[in-house]
Amino acid sequence: MGACNSAGGVKVSVRNVNLYYGSFQALRNISLDIPACAITAIIGPSGCGKSSFIRLLNRMNDIINGARVEGSILLDGINIYDKSVDVVDLRKRVGMVFQKPNPFPMSVFDNIAFGPRQHGRHNRMELQEIVERSLRQAALWDEVKDKLGQSALALSGGQQQRLCIARVLAVEPEVILMDEPCSALDPLATLKIEDLMRNLAKQYTIVIVTHNMQQAARVSDMAAFFMMEQDRAGVLVEYGPTSQLFTNPKDKRTEDYITGRFG
Amino acid sequence: MSRYLTDRLARYAVFAGAAVSFLVLLAIAVFVFRGGLPAIREIGIFDFLFGTVWRPGQGQYGILVMIVGSVAVTAGSLLLAVPLGIACAILLAEVAPSGVRQFLRQAVELLVGIPSVVYGLVGMVLLVPAIRQLGGPGYSVLAASIVLMAMVLPTIISISEDSIRSVPASYKEAALALGATHWQTIWRVLLPSARSGIIAGVVLGMGRAVGETMAMIMVIGNSITFPTSPLSPTRTLTGNIAVEITYAGGLHRSALFATGIVLFILILIINSIAVISLKRGGHAQNLA
Amino acid sequence: MPRISPKATQRIAIACVWGGGVITVLILVVVIGYVLVQGIPGLSLNFLLTPPKGGLAGGGGISTVILSTLYLIGLTIVILVPIGLGAAVYLAEYAPDNRVTRLIRYGVEILAGVPSIVFGLFGFALFVTVLHFNFSILSGALTLVCLLLPTMIRTSEEAIKAVPYAHREAALALGATRWQVISKVLLPTALPGIVTAIILCIGRAIEETACLYVTMGGCAAMPRSLLSCGRTLSLHIYYLAMDTRDFAGAMTTGAVLIITILVINGITNWLSARFQRKMKGAT
Repeated sequence: MGACNSAGGVKVSVRNVNLYYGSFQALRNISLDIPACAITAIIGPSGCGKSSFIRLLNRMNDIINGARVEGSILLDGINIYDKSVDVVDLRKRVGMVFQKPNPFPMSVFDNIAFGPRQHGRHNRMELQEIVERSLRQAALWDEVKDKLGQSALALSGGQQQRLCIARVLAVEPEVILMDEPCSALDPLATLKIEDLMRNLAKQYTIVIVTHNMQQAARVSDMAAFFMMEQDRAGVLVEYGPTSQLFTNPKDKRTEDYITGRFG
Repeated sequence: MSRYLTDRLARYAVFAGAAVSFLVLLAIAVFVFRGGLPAIREIGIFDFLFGTVWRPGQGQYGILVMIVGSVAVTAGSLLLAVPLGIACAILLAEVAPSGVRQFLRQAVELLVGIPSVVYGLVGMVLLVPAIRQLGGPGYSVLAASIVLMAMVLPTIISISEDSIRSVPASYKEAALALGATHWQTIWRVLLPSARSGIIAGVVLGMGRAVGETMAMIMVIGNSITFPTSPLSPTRTLTGNIAVEITYAGGLHRSALFATGIVLFILILIINSIAVISLKRGGHAQNLA
Repeated sequence: MPRISPKATQRIAIACVWGGGVITVLILVVVIGYVLVQGIPGLSLNFLLTPPKGGLAGGGGISTVILSTLYLIGLTIVILVPIGLGAAVYLAEYAPDNRVTRLIRYGVEILAGVPSIVFGLFGFALFVTVLHFNFSILSGALTLVCLLLPTMIRTSEEAIKAVPYAHREAALALGATRWQVISKVLLPTALPGIVTAIILCIGRAIEETACLYVTMGGCAAMPRSLLSCGRTLSLHIYYLAMDTRDFAGAMTTGAVLIITILVINGITNWLSARFQRKMKGAT
């Protein structure tokens, strides 16, 4: 339940961030401010570092050997790469939904309850409440309320992705990262998830990586256009309100991409 | 934050498991060598390995007969198992329809599951009398070879089958497209390409044959004589250890441990050859 | 040119190949068939429940032997699984890709090839003699643990590695610690594979003879504790055949062994079929 009484504050502030995998630089000098309670879209051609960028925000890059981060990323003013920050706790506050739905091979209930259980909640009634609330928020409750004990793998692709969203909601994050959440789904399921996103933005800060420009235009409030330079490092080309970026881009490279001249 | 305590403890516990496994290997090497070195020092390595007389009661400890016995029995079993094994591998990989394949695979799995003593028992009761008809006491190199063949067969079959299957399909297609018959493709293209994998399988099988003990003791006669024909009885390295260890003491016992050292080293060499062969096989396929 | 045509060669060759298959199956049938045919007539509840007569005449049943075997396997598994599973988890999840890890893996590979009788010598030297456990079920079990470690580690590691990476990612992203990911997601998912590994080890333990011959003592009396000597079913067959020439008894014991193994095989197959179905999502 993110604090969304006053939309417009900055939730995540990225300052001069460089990302290296060993000696290869994946991202160069990225700076942007992500507003609270809004949807920010990261767009750009493939390979320009969009996924790498979003994984910086919940430090999922930490598990990659040889990954090194310079610069700072402030969540509510505190640098998440600071030594005193507990990574496990960070991932509770900043949740992630992946490109390919990846429910655990357990029941629907156990999938959703997984996060709360790891954080110490074991009371059965409490868990039932959490599961129902999360499924409702993810617009999945009506479809699965009679099937909570069944394997999550039996659900359709779109349902599985909404399940993964509910699973993230169950740990009560403040920020939700989505790495191309609809690319593995059919158009109908995609629309459902886009609706869901707009609803969720009333309570959570959402950052979404997407290949699909129409989706970015439909769904997001702010848009950041990334591109790959000659040496294959990703850079932020332009960042601004979506409507402005798409109708009146300031940078020529942005304009080329939007109008489809490349990528 | 007991979660983090558990995390830490778990990491140490798990590493302990891995450490124990490695320590076991060290311990085996230490104890077996410790047990056997006195004998080697006392008897002298050449007299030990090449001496033809093994008479502990008179202080004679030459294991040449056993070495020859092991070689004979291993060679015999491979002679039987390799053609049979490769034939089955070809059957499974290329020729048999899927129903037969399932059946055959289950059969091979069962073959593996049967305890070696049972093979030994059947060998004692059926094979030995039958071979006696051909001459000699029946307990013979031939009997041991047949019993060992049954145990080595599954190894050769499964590794050879895997090797044949992993030959790139493009080779097979090219051959067929040039008008070769199925058999010609198998014989001239698939088998040669799978050669290093098959050799690795055979070498691994050899390792198993060298290491087998109880089943073989039951049918081989265990007399300390050089095997002059397939029908003569003899004794192997493993058999030597098993037959005498329960009552051996002092230098005698140490000599048996020394036999163990010889076995250990032999198996190390054999297995290394297999691994090298497998690695080279993968290499060759990449080059082509 | 009086050469055989390729077609004819093919026919002969394929016939030979089929012949090979037939011979292999025949071997299986003869061995199992003979033992069952000779052994089952002697199989009765009485046989299972009376102890062997001991001495050089053979005869009697196998009750004490069954008990010894059960004690041995129980003790072996209890010690083997934590160590083997721990090592497997370490190798699959924690081990960095450096020299030490490669050394450990290499060690496990070498261990896998050592012949059973050499394990017997080791067990005799360490457990029976140095540690003064004497010929006992305990010595046998500890020796078996060493023998079976590579199998347990290899098979468990494969099962753990088979869990899709996506599950690790999802769990980490939900804020789980590494151990929580392993204990709450990886191990439960890999459980059928791990159970298969355990059953595989049980099967191998039942058929082992050489290393136990040298460490268990071979007596046929009722085992009173883990420090009592004893014999397993496989060893009993050996003793009956070699020492007492009681081939009938050996055949019957063999029949018991074979039936046990067939049952274990069946259970393993059924378990892996269930696992496949569970992974595919049906409940």
